[in-house]
Amino acid sequence: MRTSATRIVLAFAFVLAALPLAAQTGTIKIGAILGVTGPASNLGAPEAKTLEMLVEQTNATGGLLGRKVELILKDSGASPEKAISFARQLIEEEQVLAIIGPSTSGESMKVKDICEESQAILLSCAAAETIVKPVAKWVFKTPQNDSFAVIWIYRYLKERGLTKIGVVASNTGFGNGGKAQLEKYAPEYGIEILIAEVYDKEATDLTGVLTKLKAKEVQAVVNWSIEPAQSLVAKNLRQLGMTAPLLQSHGFGNIKYVEAAGQAAEGIIFPCGRLLVSGVLPAGHPQKRLLENYKKQYETRFKEDVSTFGGHAYDAFTILAEAIKRAGSADKAKVRDAIENLKGFAGTAGIFNFSAADHNGLDLSSFEMLTVKNGKFALLQ
Amino acid sequence: MPFDQILQYFLAGITEGAIYAVIAIGFNIIYNTTGIINFAQGEFLVLGGMIAVTLSAILPLPLAIVLAVAATMAVGALVDLVFIRWLASPSVLRLVVITIGVSILLREGMLHVWDEKVRALRNFTGSEISSVRLLGAYIAPQALWVLGIAAVIVVALALFFRFTLMGRAMRACAANRTAARLCGINTRWMVTLSFCLSAGIGALAGCALSPLTQTQYDMGAPLAIKGFTVAILGGLGNSMAAVAAGLILGLLEVFSISLLPLAYKDAVSLAVLLIVLFLRPGGLFGRLEAQRLKEF
Amino acid sequence: MRRYQPLAILAAVVIAVQLLVRAAGAVYYLTQATMAAYYCLVTVGLCLLMGYAGQISLGQAGFFAIGGYASAVLTTLNLSAAAGSPAAGFLTRLGVLVERQDLYDHRLLSFAPWAALVAAVLATGLVAVAIGLPVIRLTGHYLAMATLGFGLIVFRVVLGTRFLGEADGISGVPPLPLLGMQVTGGLKHRIEGYYIAWALVLAGMVLAVNLVNSRVGRALRSIHGGEEAANTVGVNTTRYKLATFVLSAVFAGVAGVFLSHYNGGIGPSEAASMKSVRYVAIVAVGGMDNLWGTLIAGALLNFISLRGYLGSYDDAFFAGILILVMLFFPDGLLRPRWLKKGSP
Repeated sequence: MRTSATRIVLAFAFVLAALPLAAQTGTIKIGAILGVTGPASNLGAPEAKTLEMLVEQTNATGGLLGRKVELILKDSGASPEKAISFARQLIEEEQVLAIIGPSTSGESMKVKDICEESQAILLSCAAAETIVKPVAKWVFKTPQNDSFAVIWIYRYLKERGLTKIGVVASNTGFGNGGKAQLEKYAPEYGIEILIAEVYDKEATDLTGVLTKLKAKEVQAVVNWSIEPAQSLVAKNLRQLGMTAPLLQSHGFGNIKYVEAAGQAAEGIIFPCGRLLVSGVLPAGHPQKRLLENYKKQYETRFKEDVSTFGGHAYDAFTILAEAIKRAGSADKAKVRDAIENLKGFAGTAGIFNFSAADHNGLDLSSFEMLTVKNGKFALLQ
Repeated sequence: MPFDQILQYFLAGITEGAIYAVIAIGFNIIYNTTGIINFAQGEFLVLGGMIAVTLSAILPLPLAIVLAVAATMAVGALVDLVFIRWLASPSVLRLVVITIGVSILLREGMLHVWDEKVRALRNFTGSEISSVRLLGAYIAPQALWVLGIAAVIVVALALFFRFTLMGRAMRACAANRTAARLCGINTRWMVTLSFCLSAGIGALAGCALSPLTQTQYDMGAPLAIKGFTVAILGGLGNSMAAVAAGLILGLLEVFSISLLPLAYKDAVSLAVLLIVLFLRPGGLFGRLEAQRLKEF
Repeated sequence: MRRYQPLAILAAVVIAVQLLVRAAGAVYYLTQATMAAYYCLVTVGLCLLMGYAGQISLGQAGFFAIGGYASAVLTTLNLSAAAGSPAAGFLTRLGVLVERQDLYDHRLLSFAPWAALVAAVLATGLVAVAIGLPVIRLTGHYLAMATLGFGLIVFRVVLGTRFLGEADGISGVPPLPLLGMQVTGGLKHRIEGYYIAWALVLAGMVLAVNLVNSRVGRALRSIHGGEEAANTVGVNTTRYKLATFVLSAVFAGVAGVFLSHYNGGIGPSEAASMKSVRYVAIVAVGGMDNLWGTLIAGALLNFISLRGYLGSYDDAFFAGILILVMLFFPDGLLRPRWLKKGSP
């Protein structure tokens, strides 16, 4: 052969082609595309840990339908082009039964079309409403819709006559989505958004923009973010001597953000799933047992506090497992139908009731209004 | 705009500006001695903060900070010894690319040692909600610490370079390496020292900043870009000018918030960088010819 | 004709890989091979700029993003509201605007992919000229920072602008029809997508090889060797540097257009500085002025990264090889004699 470059490339191709196809019969393969490292690591890392834990537990108790579950986890680093590449890999090559993830809305939107075209089940852990609206037959999502959180917040504000508000959101898919919903529902609840600004998720100081809000004399501040920078808003707000109440989104559901905000976190009010207050739920509550189990197992195993983000992956897996059991097979079409017909399924985010028109399955009742008291999450009384 | 609002913006601006200035000074120290722009400067800040947070769980805060600074200085020296020292007359391109690579390695290293979670050092005095009232505007006590520490760093460095033997040796290296070597100055150790010093002041700034801004493994790069913008704005190599430029950029950014949407704040400082590079690369206070003569 | 030998070999390898892969029933590898090809195109353009014109650029991802976003926005724009207007009618008759249906049965009136391609390449070229004119006067660190700053501004702009999709980017980009084939990621078009991508790379290489062996190439090498000397001999350094800058930007822009159609979308991460660093790393590994080395390095490294073989250590790996190459192999890793570009 003339050139060794050619030799190298051909050898490479041979090696690839010779790799055994992933035809391990007997296991049920589930793919996951999560942002374990990179800009969405706050979401992806707990999600990945949760999935690993659940798969291990499932296999320890005999697997699904008597077969072992194989989790193929890909770290997309929140980059859509990698998510696309991995999605095709998982669907065509590994021939997974379903894909859990991705962690961010941007990636999910790109992967949504791929899964729909290839007829592969996707259980997204990202929050954007556009993931399930318009409904794609094969695409589902487990986090609650932003609109629910917005409605909870607006009801609270309206009851107290705090109708002139300022909105700050982080420049991510979650933040922008929330801001859009806030602007959409404001007129319906008689809320006037005096000022709405988007801050960089890597911001180091937000006194500038909060000064702008202070100048407008807002009666309340709504902070929509899923990143650590949201704690800056809490601190800077108090440091500026502003007394307006601070309401946040369900993206605050991580005790690390409370710790980062320290004393400034006291009194923050936000709608959230019940995972963070599982201890004070009444004894018969359908979610209580699973929430407490998840919390205990996760915290014992990973030595870190549980967060609602990991809960979305928990729900994705348990929904999938339940659907496989009900379908009685690992056939994609049957499992998909089983998911779509799942009703009254208790997960960490709420009680899921799927249907052909609703591939999210949650409603307003999936939230509780929480607050921070003495550095811990508590139900708002 | 009412006066107290202007004052509030002003205070926010000089606090941010002080940080940018300290990072820029870190760039300048290394640049002066070696002609290299150390793209890993931002990582030194983050590293200092991370180490301090971990140590402060078992040691009293001042000791944790001192050890964090020392450890980061060691890392800075290591960077020089492993990556830079034994290169013989490398091109600018090579150096730029190497320091970028080092910055990424440090960042990924921090990710795998500490994980992705955000951390913060305790406030030196007061708490997350304490604030000092100043003529109608508010400033957090920690921000005052940041300003104070930045001022101390600037003054201490000025004294160091002017009055101590080592400082003057470094200045000699900066002026003309060959001549310095002829005078008996060990230029290789001066280079290592400059890396140490830069890393040290970066770490100190990072510790002061951590209670205010929180520390996360990937915070280094954005800070470095800002710092570099300020260094260029003032004129590469001129630390006093860096202070002025830092305050100017900080104020520019914050006051831009009052006019433009916040989302474009970073685009503003990037635009400033490009404008300076295109129109007056020597910086506001520098002279391009003098910088062209710099060699590694 | 000697200089075209490597091109023929490349074409043969491309075909051989596809046949092999099909024989092994592993056609899915072609996805990553196709995506890698487009990133390769960017690095080939960067090699011309860095290796031959001697200009470092830490902002190639910015041009890639301009091309990709321009095309993505124009083909996903919904102008149905203006469907009745005379301007819209005129453009539709010209074929510039087309009606189409997306996956969810929405009717849309958007720009035709070919029109978007032309517009995107024009946009990239214009921005490259606008930025290039001031940038090429800079050297060393200043040049590096200016290009880095440019890339970051593009990133910030796409991240902060509503109609550019903000953080979520743009999805639902339709396929790009080309000579009866379609550039899209679906299984049906997998093989033609692969060939289109590598044909594009081949075309780019033909252009590059011709360029470096022409008068322009010699002028560039003289600039790289010593700019003042080149000026003295009468080489119009500014014009050549600018031309190379714009050409490399166009390479990146075209790659961006095609990849955004292939992927069906684009996100701000394509404009991130980390991407620009990767491109530089690949050119460094391949050898700054070694077109073939860059090609091979680009294909292999991107393929590996897109397959996820590096897992969470992807960025660290690129940084690592970047440093290693810069420290120990500043002339590049792939440097055997036969790989040189075909001139003495």
